[in-house]
Amino acid sequence: MEISIIALPLIASIISGFFGKFIGDRNSEIITSLLVSISAILSALVLYEVIVNQYQDNITIATWISSGSLNVNWSMKIDALSAVMLVVVTSVSALVHIYSIGYMSHDPHKPRFMAYLSLFTFAMLMLVTSDNFIQLFFGWEGVGLCSYFLIGFWFKKESANKAAIKAFVVNRVGDFGFALGIFLIFYLFGTVNYSEVFQQIPNITEKNLVFLGIEINAIDLICLLLFIGAMGKSAQILLHTWLPDAMEGPTPVSALIHAATMVTAGVFLVVRCSPIYEYSEFVLNIITVIGMSTAFFAATVALVQNDIKKIIAYSTCSQLGYMFFATGVGAYNVAMFHLFTHAFFKALLFLGSGSVIHAFKDEQDINKMGGVWKKLPYTYSLMIIGTLALTGFPLLSGFYSKDAIIEFAYLRGNTTGYYAAGIGIFTAFLTSIYSWRLIFKTFHGDYNNKEIKIEDTHESPIVMLIPLVLLSLGAIFAGFIFKDLFIGNYGLNNFWKDSIFFLKPLSNEHPPLWFLLLTPILVILSIPTAYYLFVKNKNLPEQIVKINKPLYQFLLNKWYFDELYDALFVKPSKKFGLFLWKFFDLKIIDGFGPDGISAIIKRFSVKANKFQSGFIYQYAFVMLLGFSALLTFLIVK
Amino acid sequence: MIEIGLGHYLTLGAVIFSIGIIGIFLNRKNIIVILMSIELILLAVNINLVSFSMYLGDLTGQVFTLFILTVAAAEAAIGLAIIVVYYRNSGTIRVEEIDKLKG
Repeated sequence: MEISIIALPLIASIISGFFGKFIGDRNSEIITSLLVSISAILSALVLYEVIVNQYQDNITIATWISSGSLNVNWSMKIDALSAVMLVVVTSVSALVHIYSIGYMSHDPHKPRFMAYLSLFTFAMLMLVTSDNFIQLFFGWEGVGLCSYFLIGFWFKKESANKAAIKAFVVNRVGDFGFALGIFLIFYLFGTVNYSEVFQQIPNITEKNLVFLGIEINAIDLICLLLFIGAMGKSAQILLHTWLPDAMEGPTPVSALIHAATMVTAGVFLVVRCSPIYEYSEFVLNIITVIGMSTAFFAATVALVQNDIKKIIAYSTCSQLGYMFFATGVGAYNVAMFHLFTHAFFKALLFLGSGSVIHAFKDEQDINKMGGVWKKLPYTYSLMIIGTLALTGFPLLSGFYSKDAIIEFAYLRGNTTGYYAAGIGIFTAFLTSIYSWRLIFKTFHGDYNNKEIKIEDTHESPIVMLIPLVLLSLGAIFAGFIFKDLFIGNYGLNNFWKDSIFFLKPLSNEHPPLWFLLLTPILVILSIPTAYYLFVKNKNLPEQIVKINKPLYQFLLNKWYFDELYDALFVKPSKKFGLFLWKFFDLKIIDGFGPDGISAIIKRFSVKANKFQSGFIYQYAFVMLLGFSALLTFLIVK
Repeated sequence: MIEIGLGHYLTLGAVIFSIGIIGIFLNRKNIIVILMSIELILLAVNINLVSFSMYLGDLTGQVFTLFILTVAAAEAAIGLAIIVVYYRNSGTIRVEEIDKLKG
């Protein structure tokens, strides 16, 4: 049963990918959706078993590598952590599969799209169920590859191809660190299996290594390298630039890969490696700082963006930042909780925005929308639910997870903890403002689109709305139902057990009441504020923009990260590449190699060609010369 | 007066032979000149044969000379016939235009 969770998406992908032409569009859609849905139901059963019966297992499927001391199996590790990820991945994936039937209805390449989606699901499942770093890396690269395929799915769009390559290349930077981390683990421990590595960690806490000329603690170095990988995959600040561009892909892809599952792989990695990270206070602090910077940075950028998907993409980036600083302050279970709830409401928001884009016939600029909430009642109310959940409105799922993160940051009790909590609260406020800005600009106010008449906007088909409804149920209830299990004391002892490791137990205290109330109050207050700013008094934001022109430009251009990287890395490497091509390759290698030799041969053959004049008397003369030379030789000899 | 001996005859033969050879490959104009040059080469050989025959007192060389003359006459006839046929086919017997071997 457990193996079929992984196998079904792979089978679906193979059927749809290789035989899609023969079985037709509709059949490949049905087969992939059905198989992934079965996989989702089985995952739910596994989670149920884990919760109720404390089920734990490590299933070996096959031996992959057995070479010297390197032994790697294809395996399936089932514990609380992977069970949660299984449910998140397969359920969101199944819903996205179903949604895609509606969303991609006008696309000529449906089987290919479905095959990529299923393949992605398979790779992601390989990633989360691995019991060693190599299989994890396999899944890691697999999801990266599928992400590349899907971002560039509309391959006729140049921007989509560029975005796909950008995502791939930026991820390589992170993966480089990740791969180094795995090498280091194998070098230090002689094994790559989680359980064996984690057992040996306490023995090497004092060990130091020299890396790039700096002496550094071995555990710190491992954690740092692994975290660089996580930063790339989870779009943390410095390596985040690919995520907003990745929105070039179809919206279901953004929902599945760039919101709910793949980008959370980095968080999953850190949580999975909690037995290592717990011994590295230094790197945990770095993670906290990076996480909160990302959360803050992405929220400020999201405030001024105009592309509906980019706003949500930056919001994803920001929420990932929250998850990271939760792990940074040692609250791994809270990070997983936020990952879990975030998957539902962010997928909901993305699919909802897809529904809006569908209604406006591929328009993504929120300045060209507005006033359609009566025309799109279902999409509107579902988006409202998603937004409420995202902003952490009391009693919805985001409230439990996000507030818990801020509380635990506060309870950490050190400077970074307080700082993170402060930034967390402020970012929560910003999150709320930009989320409501999106809602108000999209659905309220005047209708601003000149190309499409308001009568022509239409609600999405039922096949797109059902996944939205199911996700909205998750967005509403997931927090309330699972909070004891994920972040309560009961959960720590009976649910997570040894899948998450705590060096010192989490604080049991409660922050002061005013602190607990601060975030929800800010969040609730931000709704009328946003309404006033973006519906009632539209001149005010424009005036603010006018006064703070440089700041606005700074935010609109995403803190100039793209321009900075362009100047720092892209252009120099382009120049360097051009130099290598024009000078080294063309002049030196070709000049002395193939081109040079062929030129010499050509020159000689042109000369040799001249002997073939075709005049008999010349041939006869040469024959005579040869004959006399031979004779002379014979006589002299 | 100097005695005319074998050396002089052989020298004459060699000179005529050389004229024949040079006539073949320096000739740029007429194919008939080539034919004449070939005759010259054959004559040079004949002079050699006759002078050696006289020098050695053996008649075989002179008999062979007669044979060669006969063959040369036949060969000249065939050569001229070939030239005539060639002229009919290609409309020229200019040497620099006969380069079909070039391919």
